[in-house]
Amino acid sequence: MASGSGTQTSSEYITHHLTNLTFGNHPDNGWSIAHGAHEAAEMGFWAINLDTMFWSVALGLLFCWFFRKVAKNVTSDVPGGAQNFVETVIEFVDDNVKGIFHYKNALIAPLSLTIFVWVFLMNAMDLVPVDWIPFIASQMGVEYMKVVPTTDVNATLGMAFTVFGLIIFFSIKQKGVSGFLAELSFQPLGKWLLPFNLFLELVGLLAKPISLALRLFGNMYAGEMVFILIALLPFWVQWALSVPWAIFHILVITLQAFIFMVLTIVYLAMAHDDH
Amino acid sequence: MNINLTIIGQVIAFAIFVWFCMKYVWPPITAALAERKQKIAEGLDAADRAERDLQLAKEKAAADLRKSKEEAAAIIEQANKRANQIIDEAKEQASDEAGRVKTAAQAELDQEINQAREQLRSQVAALALAGAEKVLEASIDEKAHGKLVEKLAAEL
Repeated sequence: MASGSGTQTSSEYITHHLTNLTFGNHPDNGWSIAHGAHEAAEMGFWAINLDTMFWSVALGLLFCWFFRKVAKNVTSDVPGGAQNFVETVIEFVDDNVKGIFHYKNALIAPLSLTIFVWVFLMNAMDLVPVDWIPFIASQMGVEYMKVVPTTDVNATLGMAFTVFGLIIFFSIKQKGVSGFLAELSFQPLGKWLLPFNLFLELVGLLAKPISLALRLFGNMYAGEMVFILIALLPFWVQWALSVPWAIFHILVITLQAFIFMVLTIVYLAMAHDDH
Repeated sequence: MNINLTIIGQVIAFAIFVWFCMKYVWPPITAALAERKQKIAEGLDAADRAERDLQLAKEKAAADLRKSKEEAAAIIEQANKRANQIIDEAKEQASDEAGRVKTAAQAELDQEINQAREQLRSQVAALALAGAEKVLEASIDEKAHGKLVEKLAAEL
């Protein structure tokens, strides 16, 4: 629990590690970086979590840079190590897309690849020991640093709403506005129960992005929380818990990235399906 | 855990990454994969074809070998036959020649025997006459007794 900010109680330590670095318009201080969760809350919607944005964009750029580098030098002859790795990932994603999504759409596969790799990378930040980056940041004068973007509900909701937008877009593109509205209104109980149908279907529709976002957020937040709690133990016993939990977490981060990708494909396939 | 602008920032970042991936990452790599698939299929095809060709060539070689063996055997047989024929002919010729030589020698011999016999006969006749002359101490009419003596000589 060497977070570098002197003496702290356990609850202060936990709160500190769960607070984002928020920049926004504070009613009293104007445009500034929030000192603590309370100030961040007071900023309301017009604030931005700098750490979430920084790490997610950095990891996204890492993904784009690496994959682009391989794509530029791609060869159909014997592939090198990096290309082999990238091809394995791409074929894995492609197999999943082809297994679930049976329509012709140039967006779905690259979208799935981006989701899988990006979410995996963001989740993987969970395996960096919880104090390392916050400690370095505090030495550099940055008060808060939450390094796992997927433990910020804004990040997961952002992705989920993008997917939601695509669901609406492809539903309308595939079935027309009237077809989409008919799908919402006349199912499952026929046209005489239209308000009830509409309510049911709208809830079902909205549940998709919300569940998508909250599942990923919840899993990663809980995992991070366990790491933070383990970090509260005396340093000589931490390894006995953090190592098994980290090994188990390798499975969780991969699985959550995979689930987010598969559900996105399923939802978009449903948007293409005509009932 | 406040919902704030980050959500929109994430949407924008996500959209850009997806666009980038769709434009610059996915197409070249999947194209390379498809191309490799094609290459492998062609390679396997070529291997199959080569194997088939090899099989055919082997069969052809075996057939050629068999055929040339048969031809060689036929040639040898023919040669043997010819050799035997030549030997037979030579033998025949030799025996003919021998016969001819033998007959010529025989004829010569016969002739010489006859000659000798004639000579002997004439000498015997003369001798007999001379002997008779001596024995009779008389002159014998050569004309009268010549015929007799010659008759005698011819009987020898």
